[in-house]
Amino acid sequence: MSLSIRHLLGLEGVSADDISMILDTAVSFKEVLSRKIPKVPTLRGITIVNLFYEPSTRTRISFELAEKRLSADTVNFSASGSSVSKGESLKDTVWNIEAMKIDMIVIRHGASGAPHYLTTCCQSTVINAGDGAHEHPTQGLLDMYTIREKYGRLEGLKVVIVGDIKHSRVARSNIWGLLTMGAQVSVCGPPTLLPVEMEKFGVRVFDDLDEALAGADVVNILRVQKERQKAGLLPSMREYSRYYGITKNKLKLLNDNFTIMHPGPMNRGVEISSEVAEGPYSVILPQVTNGVAVRMAVLYLLSGGKGKVYEE
Amino acid sequence: MAKKSTEKIMTEDSIDQAVTRIARQIVERNDGVDNVVIIGIRTRGAFLAERLRKTLEDISGNDLPVGIMDITFYRDDIQDKLDHPVVQKTEILFDIVDKIVVLVDDVLYTGRTVRAALDAIIDFGRPGAIQLAVLVDRGHRELPISADYAGKSVSTSAAERVEVHLKEHDGADEVIIDRSGRGGV
Amino acid sequence: MKNNLILAGGKIVDPATGYFGPAAVYLENGQIAKIEKRPKEKPSGKNVLKLDGMIICPGLIDMHVHLREPGREDEETVLSGAEAAAAGGFTAIACMPNTDPAIDNAETVEYINERASLAPVKVYPIGAVTVGRKGENLTEMMEMAACGAVAFSDDGSGVQNNDLMRRALEYARSCDVPVISHCEYSDLAAEGVMNESFVSTRLGMKGIPSVAEELMAARDIMLAQYTGGIIHIAHVSTAGTVDLIRKAKKAGIRVTAEATPHHFTLTDDLIESFDTNLKVNPPLRTKKDVDAVKKGLKDGTIDAIASDHAPHSPEEKELEFDYAPFGAIGLETALGLVITELIDPGLLSWIEAVKCLSLAPATILNVPGGKLEAGAPADITVIDPKLEWMVNPDEFKSLSRNTPFRGRKLTGRAVMTIVNGNVVYSMM
Repeated sequence: MSLSIRHLLGLEGVSADDISMILDTAVSFKEVLSRKIPKVPTLRGITIVNLFYEPSTRTRISFELAEKRLSADTVNFSASGSSVSKGESLKDTVWNIEAMKIDMIVIRHGASGAPHYLTTCCQSTVINAGDGAHEHPTQGLLDMYTIREKYGRLEGLKVVIVGDIKHSRVARSNIWGLLTMGAQVSVCGPPTLLPVEMEKFGVRVFDDLDEALAGADVVNILRVQKERQKAGLLPSMREYSRYYGITKNKLKLLNDNFTIMHPGPMNRGVEISSEVAEGPYSVILPQVTNGVAVRMAVLYLLSGGKGKVYEE
Repeated sequence: MAKKSTEKIMTEDSIDQAVTRIARQIVERNDGVDNVVIIGIRTRGAFLAERLRKTLEDISGNDLPVGIMDITFYRDDIQDKLDHPVVQKTEILFDIVDKIVVLVDDVLYTGRTVRAALDAIIDFGRPGAIQLAVLVDRGHRELPISADYAGKSVSTSAAERVEVHLKEHDGADEVIIDRSGRGGV
Repeated sequence: MKNNLILAGGKIVDPATGYFGPAAVYLENGQIAKIEKRPKEKPSGKNVLKLDGMIICPGLIDMHVHLREPGREDEETVLSGAEAAAAGGFTAIACMPNTDPAIDNAETVEYINERASLAPVKVYPIGAVTVGRKGENLTEMMEMAACGAVAFSDDGSGVQNNDLMRRALEYARSCDVPVISHCEYSDLAAEGVMNESFVSTRLGMKGIPSVAEELMAARDIMLAQYTGGIIHIAHVSTAGTVDLIRKAKKAGIRVTAEATPHHFTLTDDLIESFDTNLKVNPPLRTKKDVDAVKKGLKDGTIDAIASDHAPHSPEEKELEFDYAPFGAIGLETALGLVITELIDPGLLSWIEAVKCLSLAPATILNVPGGKLEAGAPADITVIDPKLEWMVNPDEFKSLSRNTPFRGRKLTGRAVMTIVNGNVVYSMM
């Protein structure tokens, strides 16, 4: 058993078998996390570099915890105060890091395709921790894990992604993964935050929130940044909140046993009300816990394959 | 005069007897089973652990807790394998601190699986003691590990294969030595 | 390097007369002395070049080339660019003024002329429309034109200010040279890095909508009509722009246009490879746009084919897609792509294709060339139409390697380039 991919660059094109294997493996790691000593020696001797060109707290901590709980050696490299500010190219940076004998690179980068580019200039296994507005595959996987944990399946579920679809890598990874696993996906946001030809993904596209929410099982709410208003994409945060914010009275449009998700960090009172964020249907904190288990599964499944196989 | 390539060394009856004997030895050695818990190593060790629980209940009247352990994460050859073993869930839903843990597996061979299992158990807490019960001990240890309870000890060559079949998993109860030269367990 | 040559055994393509057939071409003293169509006897002698199976054209002219001199001589010089042109079958090129400093005054035009005097092919400088290409003040166009600037352009970016563009067209009109417009409103382009389409949506990249080009093309056409200026639309990339030019021409407005080989061969979906050699401006568009550009070439809406040869160093291109500069080199692949993608599939005839590559640019820039007639300069390109070759930038004469066509198999290439009767490039 092994994944058919060598790197995790995105969920576009990743097979249902691969996604299932990652989610199934994550179940075992979630059990590990519940142990008295939530750590296993699986990746002892493996060195992983967390290469973060964008500020990130949650994703970096989540990856770092996943790595440590697998007993890997980890090194963090972030753009501020590093050679990046001296104008070193990504290629040179990676060549230098790789010369120190490492096995895997987890990369977060503001430019779409940077992880893909990395695979063309280095030997290590590359895991995308978010590139531009392109993909954030481990977030997509942990969102799917969380949905599957609750419903026991992904197939046939109606998932609505609400918010700044245009700038969201989380939306894209969720869309690819969920469609592959047989869910029905809709997206909803103001027209200026919906990129062109969105429907070609195979999703339904709404600019009316009530229409989008009708009959949905899962609502995944994206963060809306205040910069969008400065960039002229939104007239005001107030209007956004009024027309696209998820408040308690919107929930009655959803199916019974519905679920509210948010990849964080939340703008309470803008895209989500506090009441909704803290309701019993909210899985926002389980998402965070599951993130570590899913990232452990990804790291575990993409490691190895370096030597001979011993008899048991 | 070629040797037959497979030989049955245990039958359904002898497996039953072995389990019963091990159960008696556990009771004897630990002055009862009040403080004993059982953990089976996936896959066949888990079924043997369940049989042992039943037998111990018949003997002692105590229903002992049984856990199942997947030792994949603790293996020492993970990074060398091209294919990753399928990971299954570990289920130990009881506290093992200060307990006598009887670890159960089907075959004891190099000792590496048991080594991995010992590490895993320790991560769940500090047990009072760990004892090892196996159905077959075939020798060729690569680590200083020995069984406290063995259903049968056989001398084998490294080229031979010892296959344990259990009804729950394989449809029949038997232990076979395969001499066709494929090696392994 | 003989001055007097007889090109015998081949077929000539003369877009000026529409003749495509056997002929012997006599070159004397740097000029075409005589064209003998359907020669009865094969000429003989020491200075006869036997060109059986070859095609003989008026020297090809690339009216849109970026040389990096002055400023980035590591990427291309006037000389290296001219050598690349010769190897690609071009006998003349026009170079854009986005150098550092920009070609925005007579002295810099003269500097280019001086460098060009050593070059194997003719190099015509294009002057900037605005000082420093900043889009603020008009350059001294009259003086530059007097020194040999054949057109004016701020290529690399469009002239954003509408009134300034109006004045540029008016002023350049008096020099009788065209203003070449790089049509793109930068506010609509919004720091995009590729075409805005499902591909940019999928890849999460900032998109440049086709309307950013079309809106400025429409403005330029209307301003040309209003001012009587001469407008040339560079590197047409969208179906909408082709449409606008077609309608303008029908309405009798004086507008010409060019297309690049990459815009009639490549589409935006290739960018899923994140290959920065595919990052060009205007961006690669959709199949619909590629088809419209081809149709525009066929029906004459688009007059010329130009490479938009834009050299960049590996340091600049081996980066994340967002950070790499726009541009791809094209001098040494343009002809092969025209033959393989336009002529061989039957889309353009040899006459039509050679017109796009010689007569049309000569006419637009008002420079000699494009005709096979007695008295014309002996600028000739000899093409082997059947020669199969693979694009290998490591063998290029250009100092840069940033081609999106590496490894592509092409049919047909220039085997000899003759400028003023001198063989400046030969594979024979």
